[in-house]
Amino acid sequence: MDNLLDRALGLEEGRGDRWPLLGKLVLVEDCVETGGAFVVHHIIKRFLLSPQPPALSNNALILVAFSQPLSHYDRVLRKLVISLLSASLSLATGNGSVLVIASGCNLVAQRDNNRFLFFDMLNLRFPDKDDAKTGSSILVSLFEKIYNAVRALSAEKNCITIVIDDIALMEVVANGSSDSVLDFLHYCRTLTSEFDCSVVALNHGDIYSSMEKPMLMLNLEYLSNILVRAEPLATGSAVDVHGQLMVFNKGERDRQGTPGSKIHNFHFRVRENSVDFFYPGGRG
Amino acid sequence: MSMSISSRSLPPTSMAESICRALRDGALEGEHAPALTIKDSIGSPLGSDVFAHVLGQLSSHILAGKSQSRGLVLVAFNRSPSFYVNLLKERGLEVNSSRKWIQILDCYSDPHGWKDRIVGRGKVNDVTKEASGVSTLCKDVKDMDKLCSLAVELGKGLIGEGKGRFSFALDSVNEMLRYASVRSVARVLSDLRSHDLASCVFWLLHSDLLEDKVAAVFDYMSSMVASIESAIPASNGLRISLENLSLTEQNFRKAKFFVRFKRRNGRVRLMSEEITIERSGIAFSSVSTDGGTMGGSILPKVQFNLQLSEKEQMDRAKVILPFEHQGNGKPIEIYDGRRSLADKNNEAAGTMQMTDSSKGEIIYLRDSDDERPDSDEDPDDDLDI
Repeated sequence: MDNLLDRALGLEEGRGDRWPLLGKLVLVEDCVETGGAFVVHHIIKRFLLSPQPPALSNNALILVAFSQPLSHYDRVLRKLVISLLSASLSLATGNGSVLVIASGCNLVAQRDNNRFLFFDMLNLRFPDKDDAKTGSSILVSLFEKIYNAVRALSAEKNCITIVIDDIALMEVVANGSSDSVLDFLHYCRTLTSEFDCSVVALNHGDIYSSMEKPMLMLNLEYLSNILVRAEPLATGSAVDVHGQLMVFNKGERDRQGTPGSKIHNFHFRVRENSVDFFYPGGRG
Repeated sequence: MSMSISSRSLPPTSMAESICRALRDGALEGEHAPALTIKDSIGSPLGSDVFAHVLGQLSSHILAGKSQSRGLVLVAFNRSPSFYVNLLKERGLEVNSSRKWIQILDCYSDPHGWKDRIVGRGKVNDVTKEASGVSTLCKDVKDMDKLCSLAVELGKGLIGEGKGRFSFALDSVNEMLRYASVRSVARVLSDLRSHDLASCVFWLLHSDLLEDKVAAVFDYMSSMVASIESAIPASNGLRISLENLSLTEQNFRKAKFFVRFKRRNGRVRLMSEEITIERSGIAFSSVSTDGGTMGGSILPKVQFNLQLSEKEQMDRAKVILPFEHQGNGKPIEIYDGRRSLADKNNEAAGTMQMTDSSKGEIIYLRDSDDERPDSDEDPDDDLDI
């Protein structure tokens, strides 16, 4: 069943059998007061549950995790009715990263043969040298793994979504080099045009709030096709409303078919197993 | 931001048409090629649409043989070659025609050679078959000198042995500045502009990603600067904001378009229009009457009147200033400001008459009539601080 976030992202049912975010880069921005991770989880859930046309065989998810272990995502997504870990599980390690390939999911909806790749950057052993060049080489190496995985999955006609959680920690891994981060994201963006992938990235806006010109944030906003920003309410915290979302969908046509951009704004409340979205004054 | 829109056929407008005409006419003998900077910001990001419009117009002129330029080299940092091929195709412009007229230097697909190291030489392919025939991959964008040489060589390849010139288009100066220093990038643009075979050059930049002084460097290098600014300024400044969503949304369909033309004689001509993204494409129109124009009177929109009506100007002219020498042969009457002159004529008291020459007197001579300052004149220019 569609909700306001689905409609804002263009994920509502009846839009066709193609994953609507193909070829797009979605940037999710949040802050300390209002976490936006639930948006990423929601997109993952919708992606893995979305049907595919006969020309594409499977949905393949590549999750690059800088901030949480696999068990965290599995626990969260289990509550959203998806299990990432199943009976058949294989582990592959190399260069300090853990690559987990899971096949088969326990889903309420009939989905088989989903593919899921997890890059555990949290347990990556950082080199002793502390310089931008080493940080950059880590991201180059990471992209190499992603690129090889995407090429292999695309050859098998998979529909691919790459999720990056999160960009602020990626910048830490890159030893503070925002140029390295932008280079990496540029290359991920080329995958959206070369292989029709989706890329979903989470970033924390308040890290850069003290800067007069937050260049990394601005660059990311230019790069993105859809911007989702989670902010606290202007009136302060409330029990029934946990924050508000702004979804800025560039290239979305209005009712008359005029190209342009559409901004959606609504409130949300995070529950134990779901999230309610509603307009101000309404209820989910 | 979507660029897959086409320009509709409109009657020529003053500014957009002037820009395209200047690029079409190209360089005069002994002069550098005309250079256009298109700049926008996150609050009014229609720069890509304007870039696409100019690209389409110039390409159309080249194909029709109406321009000085016989070919176009597009240096693509921000979009894939396939994107531009599709963009031109939507406008009825075939890139793989019998006459080679366009080459795309692909600085988007593998700017640092990462993919090349993974898959080996020559196997990186982020382009459709159609685009592959007109694109050349650049795998080391940090070497600006090599990039510049490559662009020039591609241009020479378009004109072959014959005489002629070619044009350059660069879709992101900001990406160039991420890869190289301001000096290097400025040198590239200057070299392209001053090349003997260059007909025109144009580029796109996002001004909010640059320091003001850096943006000024490229303004100075340009013979035309086209700025896209919000139709309705947002108070939040740089980033997309939740404040007044409908206005923010409007700014992505409408914008103000200011163009500054530098003439050879040194004069700078300023013009403005409005841009609207419509269903049929981008449209340029004259600025609405309630808007200000650059070079004209720029008054803030307030609820009180900042200008004088004709009656007010006449009344103002009639005011006699204190200590002013009337110089009309009559006894000098100094208006002390407490009552009108007509009242003073009926009263003996209260009028100061300074006719005794043995006492000190104040003679006030107005040195000039009160002049209205020119619209571009700073009234504080004569201050010597």
